[in-house]
Amino acid sequence: MRSDRGQRSPILLKLFAAGGLLFLHLPILLIFVYAFTTEEKSFQWPPPGLTTRWFAVAWNRPDVWSALALSVQVACIATAIALVLGTLCAAAVSQTKFFGREAISLLVILPIALPGIITGIALRSAFSLFDIPFSVWTIVLGHATFCVVVVYNNAVARFRRTSGSLIEASMDLGADGFQTFRHVILPNIGTALLAGGMLAFALSFDEVIVTTFTGGQQATLPIWMLEELIRPRQRPVTNVVAMVVVLVTFLPILAAYYLTRDGDQIAGSGK
Amino acid sequence: MTALSVSHSGASILSRRNGFAGALSDSFWRHPKLLLLLMLTPPLLWLGIIYVGSLIALLMQSFFAIDDFSGVISYEPTLATYAQLLNGTNLDIILRTVLMAALVTIASALLAFPIAYYAARYAKGRWKAFFYLGVMLPLWSSYLVKVYAWKLILAKEGIVTWLFAKLNLTFVLDAVLSLPVIGGNSLSVSYLGTFLVFVYIWLPYMILPTQAALERVPGNLIEASADLGATPAQTFRTVLLPLALPGIVAGSIFTFSLTLGDYIIPQIIGSSRLFIGQAVYAQQGMAGNVPLAAAFSVVPIVIMGLYLTAAKRLGAFDAL
Repeated sequence: MRSDRGQRSPILLKLFAAGGLLFLHLPILLIFVYAFTTEEKSFQWPPPGLTTRWFAVAWNRPDVWSALALSVQVACIATAIALVLGTLCAAAVSQTKFFGREAISLLVILPIALPGIITGIALRSAFSLFDIPFSVWTIVLGHATFCVVVVYNNAVARFRRTSGSLIEASMDLGADGFQTFRHVILPNIGTALLAGGMLAFALSFDEVIVTTFTGGQQATLPIWMLEELIRPRQRPVTNVVAMVVVLVTFLPILAAYYLTRDGDQIAGSGK
Repeated sequence: MTALSVSHSGASILSRRNGFAGALSDSFWRHPKLLLLLMLTPPLLWLGIIYVGSLIALLMQSFFAIDDFSGVISYEPTLATYAQLLNGTNLDIILRTVLMAALVTIASALLAFPIAYYAARYAKGRWKAFFYLGVMLPLWSSYLVKVYAWKLILAKEGIVTWLFAKLNLTFVLDAVLSLPVIGGNSLSVSYLGTFLVFVYIWLPYMILPTQAALERVPGNLIEASADLGATPAQTFRTVLLPLALPGIVAGSIFTFSLTLGDYIIPQIIGSSRLFIGQAVYAQQGMAGNVPLAAAFSVVPIVIMGLYLTAAKRLGAFDAL
């Protein structure tokens, strides 16, 4: 007879696991409290009083809005490029066998495996070598490079689960390659691409290290934040922006999780 | 059978398609290599030319040196820049960064194991999803916001000081802060603070692969070990740990590499002594010494190359 079926976890293990999760979440929750503090000059805890007036102040700050607009713009373009490149690469790698396949997987992962500072400085020195002025496009270029990998990971996982015989069946029934792509392949990989796209968006929206090198004068939201961290101007506004950023990035991650949870848990595994 | 081959000329069963798209689709079918080439060209152009091209251009720069008198880069291959890496201050920077990365990796492995083990072995159904999201949300939420949160926490007037004061343990905090090297004026300007933030930020990267490795350990192996008379500690040491090791090593690749290259955390929370990332940033920016910056950035690449080779031996790539 088995005595250990509904086994209980050791209490110490439970405590450590719960403690670990708390350690991961409490700092983020703390931001929410600080967004309402009345204290302006320091990070005093506990907050001397609570107010919502910083939301109005942050709302009326044009620099926050322009940084946000630039971030969204860059993230959209970079995600679109990453979706195209990542899907093409995933399709090629998973549907066919060819010489150098491993090398291509490595190439895709490289921008994320190497420290961001190396990607950043490499791109910057290449821009200066070819006299390319900094613009929105130089930021996009850097972001798209490391966004490819998340789309690629999600698409490859889905392609692996999609049976090749579906494509053959479609061809046998007389569909041409484009019809097969539109009616068979795309519906199959659609949610994986959506999930990959959302994660790519979140990744680009949050990126700061590469952007400091490829950005020039324009400030994306993370760059704006970094400047506030180094030379604080109005701390409560930073608190409010930080809280909004947390809320905004949670949504695509939750969505990506629900889109890919059946079967392949690839959505966020490794940035 | 004969009817088919008669009604359509030649060997093909189906007739040619009409129009440009049809013809294109047919030629893709007949020449799969062409399709493959077309699919691979855009990503390879992007990653191979733009990205790897810039990387190589950067690495080449490390073989040039800056002229001490004029401050102009002389384009003659030399190893002088690499020799500069070995002088006192620069070597200190490298050793400091590697030591920090090693300590952060060990601490995250210790912290991650109970969470990963609980999630892999005891959490079921709804709780499993809870744990998964519980790790995933901090992993993906904004890096700068997380760093900022720690600036709030570790500030002199912040919650940590308050907590120690409430517990009447202020003397403990003061004792820790007065320690040489790791201490400082407040936690937010000490190595201890830098270390805490690094561990916090990279911890999810350690939990996920460890959990993946632990999920592949069959539960009855643990039971068999217990049945054969091993104490829980023995089971852990001789059964669980060796099987989880590839996952831990896979996680350590992330924690180690990310700590090596980071320059934002030590800049915002920490003492003024530099890490490799900051040195790269300072050399290429204010100092304008791109060759030295390039040589500095070769250091993490080489260290990670060695690390990855060792990790591959330990089977870490199967655990990713």
